[in-house]
Amino acid sequence: MPVDSMTSSITSSATSSAVFSTTSLESPNAVSAGTLSTDSLSAQSLAEQVRQAYEDKQPLRIIGGGSKSALGHAVTGKDLCLNHYQGIINYEPSELVITARAGTPLHIIEATLAEQGQMLGFEPPHYDNQATLGGTIACGLSGPRRPYSGAARDFVLGCRMINGKGELLNFGGQVMKNVAGYDVSRLMCGAQGTLGVLLDISLKVVPRPQLEQTLSLECDEIQARSLLNRLGLKPLPISATCYHNGQLCIRLSGSESAVIAATQLIGGESLTGREQLAEGEKLWQQLREQQLPIFKQPFFWRLSLPPASPSLPAEIIKQQVIEWGGAQHWITSKADPETIWNLARSLGGHATLHLADKSLRQPLEPGLLTLSQQLRDSFDPGRILNPGRLYPEL
Amino acid sequence: MGWQHFLSMVVFSVQSSAIKTQKKRINSALNRASLPKNLSHAMTLSPDTLHPETQHPDSQPTETQRPDIQREQRLNSLLPKLKQLIPAQYIITEVEQLRAYECDAFTTMRQLPLLTVLPDTIEQVQHVMRCCHQLDIPVVARGAGTGLTAGSMPVENGVLLGMSRFDKIYDIDPDNRTALIGPGVRNLAVTEAAAVHNLYFAPDPSSQLACSVGGNVAENAGGVHCLKYGLTVHNILELEMVTASGELITLGSAALDAAGYDLTAILTGSEGLLGIVVRIRVKLLPRAESCRVMLAAFSTIEDAGQAIAAVIGAGIIPAGLEMIDQTGICAIEELMHAGYPVDAAAVIICELDGGEAEVEDELQQVIQIFRELHATDIQIAENAEQSTRIWAARKAAFPALARLAPDNYIMDGTIPRRALAQVWKQINLLAEQYQLQVVNVFHAGDGNMHPSILFDSSNEEEHQRAFELGTRILELCIEVGGTISGEHGIGLEKINQMCLQFNSQELEQFHALKRAFDPKTLLNPGKQIPTLARCAEFNGLHVHNGEMPFPHLERF
Repeated sequence: MPVDSMTSSITSSATSSAVFSTTSLESPNAVSAGTLSTDSLSAQSLAEQVRQAYEDKQPLRIIGGGSKSALGHAVTGKDLCLNHYQGIINYEPSELVITARAGTPLHIIEATLAEQGQMLGFEPPHYDNQATLGGTIACGLSGPRRPYSGAARDFVLGCRMINGKGELLNFGGQVMKNVAGYDVSRLMCGAQGTLGVLLDISLKVVPRPQLEQTLSLECDEIQARSLLNRLGLKPLPISATCYHNGQLCIRLSGSESAVIAATQLIGGESLTGREQLAEGEKLWQQLREQQLPIFKQPFFWRLSLPPASPSLPAEIIKQQVIEWGGAQHWITSKADPETIWNLARSLGGHATLHLADKSLRQPLEPGLLTLSQQLRDSFDPGRILNPGRLYPEL
Repeated sequence: MGWQHFLSMVVFSVQSSAIKTQKKRINSALNRASLPKNLSHAMTLSPDTLHPETQHPDSQPTETQRPDIQREQRLNSLLPKLKQLIPAQYIITEVEQLRAYECDAFTTMRQLPLLTVLPDTIEQVQHVMRCCHQLDIPVVARGAGTGLTAGSMPVENGVLLGMSRFDKIYDIDPDNRTALIGPGVRNLAVTEAAAVHNLYFAPDPSSQLACSVGGNVAENAGGVHCLKYGLTVHNILELEMVTASGELITLGSAALDAAGYDLTAILTGSEGLLGIVVRIRVKLLPRAESCRVMLAAFSTIEDAGQAIAAVIGAGIIPAGLEMIDQTGICAIEELMHAGYPVDAAAVIICELDGGEAEVEDELQQVIQIFRELHATDIQIAENAEQSTRIWAARKAAFPALARLAPDNYIMDGTIPRRALAQVWKQINLLAEQYQLQVVNVFHAGDGNMHPSILFDSSNEEEHQRAFELGTRILELCIEVGGTISGEHGIGLEKINQMCLQFNSQELEQFHALKRAFDPKTLLNPGKQIPTLARCAEFNGLHVHNGEMPFPHLERF
């Protein structure tokens, strides 16, 4: 959407929404999408199901769209379905905030934001069309843009949730700054439902960049790392990077003037074979949605490392894709899990093994595990919410 | 110098007369006036007595009644143990020396600690925590003491753990764009140390000259640039934490995420209730190439509020976006002579940063938006000196207010931007109703308001009115979907108003979370999260026109 028309539409919306209202959530000017038929009664009924399960000591398997089931261990339990708990509750573009129910399909949220020239800054992967907002936040998933604009947890402002006793609780809010009480809503991000069932989630959203452009440079891994380290010290509008088989791709996002200036600066680097990649968009899409060949292997690893870590030992790697400016490596390897976990730990990061039907996370240090168990018990004393999903011991 | 720092100076200067200080101590807490007699009495004692649920196994009633005896006993049992690992000169027990630690920048609440200990190694912190854990003695951590909510005020007969000697920058890593630092390092010192690499640490609370990064983590500090560059939680990667029982645990990692729960997020803003942070890895950002500052005057609050919404709606995220009302403008202009338009209903300060061409583009867009919304006067800083002048005046807002009244109660509510103009008007109506002057200074970009209530604390009745008005303003913030605190934290200063924002089940969940970290509730007890008993007392008193606020909320 052109900036000028955005301005005028926002201005008129701001004029009428200045009417004082004591009901903060459902303002008449909110942009709505999806079904709004789900009312608070179903939140109550979901809470009632959890309360009953707590009483019956009945483990629950929390399900949204089912697109992320392989991101943890399989859970045995009665299904608690969130996929009908749908709808955007509130969205006002000038607030940069959207509040939606956990079962809302991610693509609906993204389409709604796109209509207003906005987007989710963490570029979440979908994996398939069934992906929901709740599952995305519960799994804490972020895409190629993550190192430059933030992770899912950085955009979470507040949530309504059900704890393991079946209590409906509100934490955080719809405002950018909020230090009243512990920041529970961010804690829910990546907890995969083991600390609570996410119901309504408020997220900060960001404007879509005016222009996106992908540069491609031929270089080896050492050259790529050295270039990225140097570029990191400059305020450039880099929004994604990917290194694979002698090719470094860099995505630039921002105002036209900023992207052009950065293109010139990076183009001035002494690397051969640079060109602007025509199919840039497709590359980032495939990276984000795990559609590149490496993700089709029977199993692959994700290594999350400090961005300037040394190259991984060649003898343990079969294939490798490096993104996030060096902070996220996707590899295939014949090495046993202990070897990879120790390697990741020695570099200051961690590793996750992704199998076809489950994911194995790096074991937690004993002190951290005990603390995590106590934390889990404080939210879910019966350990009925997705038991064992994150770690068998949790 | 930032205004938070000024604030502490203001409050200090107000208290420069010994008589007045004495009177304040006797009258104690700002919110005491609205508390019932027994509670108000308890306020000058220990939070233990206020919070029977969190009482420690060893605090028998007889001890609570005789704090001097308890003090003696605790000193006798704790001191020899502490001295095993900590040099005597870093353990302060003399009352006169302890006075320096009896409050943070919220100086109207004071409490002497049992002792102050100033460790400088992680092992020493672990030792302090183990000793106190064994003896059930509460511990309050303190950074630079610039907090505004009594968050690091000691508890009676508890240990005050000063982290100021953890002031080393261990490593600046330009390739990873991180710094590894001790929690006692000053916020601005990180930026200064990173400047050689064209990097800086983004959170910039106005007290950044003095405040410590450990304190920034405890409060999840923001600043004027956080709309674009985030709060402390967005700018730290890894925390080393000593638990209440003395165990050392690493949260987060040097990578962008870590295995397991996001404990870095929950620790940030936890006000010292969950653990003692002993080492921090912070993110560093590259400096923007170009930065432009402008000031625009508006003849109505509505126009100014719409201008804010229109800038954001146009897809522009300014580095800073501030708004000041007419009283504020006049007070500032009188002190600073910065050329602020004194006849305007409101001024907006807008800072844009980024690439040179990008900033010029955005500047033209913002000018057009402001003109369309009837801006009467637009000043654009043409050089760094003019930019500094505009900002310096804004940051002098609070010292400027000190010229208008002896005391100044700063609120920190945050609201959705859409409600800005309406809340502003409502605040002015309330101010009229309570016959007090309120000056509005907003971080408008992110809806964080800092209305300042001007009053004279030597007038007990006026003091109480100011506090009541503050509570009404925070209620208003909650009503429109906001929060009682955007960046200053809760501490003790806003603990009652937590009862307005959270119901009993939510508060109980907070307490359960705390017990997961600190089963004996020894860390900063009585702060941030009110007990249900306290809320029952507060809500019982806090009735307007015979009606409970928020009748739909659960009460207990």
